Amino acid sequence: MTVFINARLIDPETLTDTLGWLRIEQGVIAQQGTGTPPAGDQIECHGKCLAPGIVDLGVKVSEPGERHKESFASAGRAAAAGGVTTIVTRPDTLNAIDTPEVLEFVERRAAMDSIVNVKHMSALTKDRAGSEMVEIGFMKDAGAVAFTDCDHVVENTKVLQRCMTYARSLGVLVIGHPQEPTLSKGAAVTSGKFASLRGLPAVSPMAERMGVDRDIALIEMTGVKYHFDQLSTARALPALERAKKNGLDVTAGVSIHHLTLNEYDVGDYRTFFKVKPPLRSEDDRLAMVEAVANGTIDIIASMHTPQDEESKRLPFEEAASGSVALETLLPAAMRLIHSDQLTLPELFRAMALNPADRLGLTCGRLSIGAPADLVLFDPDAPFVMDRFKLKSKSKNTPFDGARMQGKVLGTWVSGQQVFEQAQNATATGLNQ
Amino acid sequence: MAFRQKHLLGIEPLHPTEITTILDVADSYVDLNRQAHKHSDALKGMTQINMFFENSTRTQSSFELAGKRLGADVMNMSMQASSIKKGETLIDTALTLNAMHPDLLVVRHPHSGAVDLLAEKVNCAVLNAGDGRHEHPTQALLDALTIRRAKGRLHRLSIAICGDIAHSRVARSNLILLGKMENRVRLVGPPTLIPAGMTELGCEVYEDMEEGLKDVDVVMMLRLQKERMDGGFIPSEREYFHRYGLDAAKLAHAKPDAIVMHPGPMNRGVEIDGTIADDINRSVIQEQVEMGVAVRMAAMDLLARNLRASKNSADQGIMV
Repeated sequence: MTVFINARLIDPETLTDTLGWLRIEQGVIAQQGTGTPPAGDQIECHGKCLAPGIVDLGVKVSEPGERHKESFASAGRAAAAGGVTTIVTRPDTLNAIDTPEVLEFVERRAAMDSIVNVKHMSALTKDRAGSEMVEIGFMKDAGAVAFTDCDHVVENTKVLQRCMTYARSLGVLVIGHPQEPTLSKGAAVTSGKFASLRGLPAVSPMAERMGVDRDIALIEMTGVKYHFDQLSTARALPALERAKKNGLDVTAGVSIHHLTLNEYDVGDYRTFFKVKPPLRSEDDRLAMVEAVANGTIDIIASMHTPQDEESKRLPFEEAASGSVALETLLPAAMRLIHSDQLTLPELFRAMALNPADRLGLTCGRLSIGAPADLVLFDPDAPFVMDRFKLKSKSKNTPFDGARMQGKVLGTWVSGQQVFEQAQNATATGLNQ
Repeated sequence: MAFRQKHLLGIEPLHPTEITTILDVADSYVDLNRQAHKHSDALKGMTQINMFFENSTRTQSSFELAGKRLGADVMNMSMQASSIKKGETLIDTALTLNAMHPDLLVVRHPHSGAVDLLAEKVNCAVLNAGDGRHEHPTQALLDALTIRRAKGRLHRLSIAICGDIAHSRVARSNLILLGKMENRVRLVGPPTLIPAGMTELGCEVYEDMEEGLKDVDVVMMLRLQKERMDGGFIPSEREYFHRYGLDAAKLAHAKPDAIVMHPGPMNRGVEIDGTIADDINRSVIQEQVEMGVAVRMAAMDLLARNLRASKNSADQGIMV
């Protein structure tokens, strides 16, 4: 029996932020309160924040195929260091996770090597090619929590309609990437003044709205349970709001990079800032932050995408997309807290509670009986990001050299501590 | 005189006085080039490598001639035929060349930003001879020199850049340079060939050519880059010539003494009427080619001076 004392309890269900204690027992949360804490092994939290561990929907672990970029072992360590207690993997691996056999392989690998919980998503169509659906029933039985072709849009609307209809009959969640694929083909940045000056192939932000519009029509047609992996533009929001108001079973996510960076961060062709969809205008970024605060956008994800140096050290157009983010998710999100655009309970609603609810998981909350997946962090501790200190095998973070605030002090999965900040690393660390 | 750059990667990093400096030096090289003895020893003992990852005859020969007239050892590498085909990355190619200790590297590459990337990895001075749709600084400088010599100034002019702006690095470098020197820049072309956000850069955009050419001092035509067309930007060449090709009727809307420019190679009958191109009272297209050699000599001369200065400082133990 362990009791966290003197903790700021960040509760995303009640949207409260109170000083108190939390008792865990046999891996689950047993009790919480504000008065005198009960007896037990006490962990002194020094008034730092204790929140449900992050549930990160959309992490690429490069197994199978590209283990030199990231493995379950390295991703697990990175997640623990970033306060992520459940990673939900993307199937955009080499090969794609599109058969029960591959799914069982990654499940076995994850169980062996990862120190945090791992849930797996399946591809929606074979090889993510957008022509034939995977064995959705078998994949569900084998443990797939959602079905997605990741950044590949199913171009053929007929195919997508059938996938959705079939998925609806099994009650599984389908995740789509909203883009009009012929408009966004080959684009490296968002169209506008910056793209024109840099002479880079660009996509209009309108392509995202067109993708949202099509998919919402299909959700209405089929009744499928649906999630947009990443929205990034203001123009896509009204359609989403309408769909929710009309009672469609739809949710949406946003990546941490689209909440904290804008198109100008690319600067002189810095490829670590090349992500998909591309970074947007500052107006769009602010609209996304606002949408998270008011609940229109449900989920914040890291969209962790490891890339080796070789695939990034290329001319911008040719360079690979994506950024590692498991360890920078929380400190980057703290920027929104420190700028008073979001509160901590709202943040953990988007990073823990909502993704857990959407996938039918019991974690992501501080309520009694929930798994004791917890993160203890200091929201104010400053540091300068050094990409070579990341635990990910790949170091492609856009935050290299950035001044950040917010350090994870400790991470627990089912009551077991999986990460502890080195004692001398921070003046506000544990046990001092 | 001030020119502090280590590389010439684009017009964007240049200060207006640096642009003026290059043009002033280039003026002196125009005089030199018109003499029987055309040699200087500004680059004596230096090695210039021309690396062209994209086909070019005009720009490459202009750089080659410029280097030779300044006394450099010039080597041309046609990169399409070489290691790129064997799968070597741009950075490895750069490091290989760097090990040969060149002093000046002239690079053209089909991808925007590729020359910036390369410049980070080598010790020599890098000149951008065109990267993707990004910049082509020596073209903008030679255009500026041509305008300054024809008009007697390079400020408070009204200049129309016409045609395929979207695919043109020449247009980008030109509009940045002309803006920095305080001119009014108009962009004229079909909306499918005008990139987004241009008005935010201070340009006026015209879809009607006659309106766009009204009272301008300079008409700058661009090549309709057929090889860059994905298809479907314009209905046909003949419709393009009808609406956006420069002929006497459209040119009549410009000022009576307006000059006509074209970076070449021209598609006669597509973007420009042959008789306009050949009209010695209006067209300065041949002067542009002449200025090209002089401007490239000036740019390489200035970069070499900075290179020598930093080497001297390094030899004396001064941190640079």
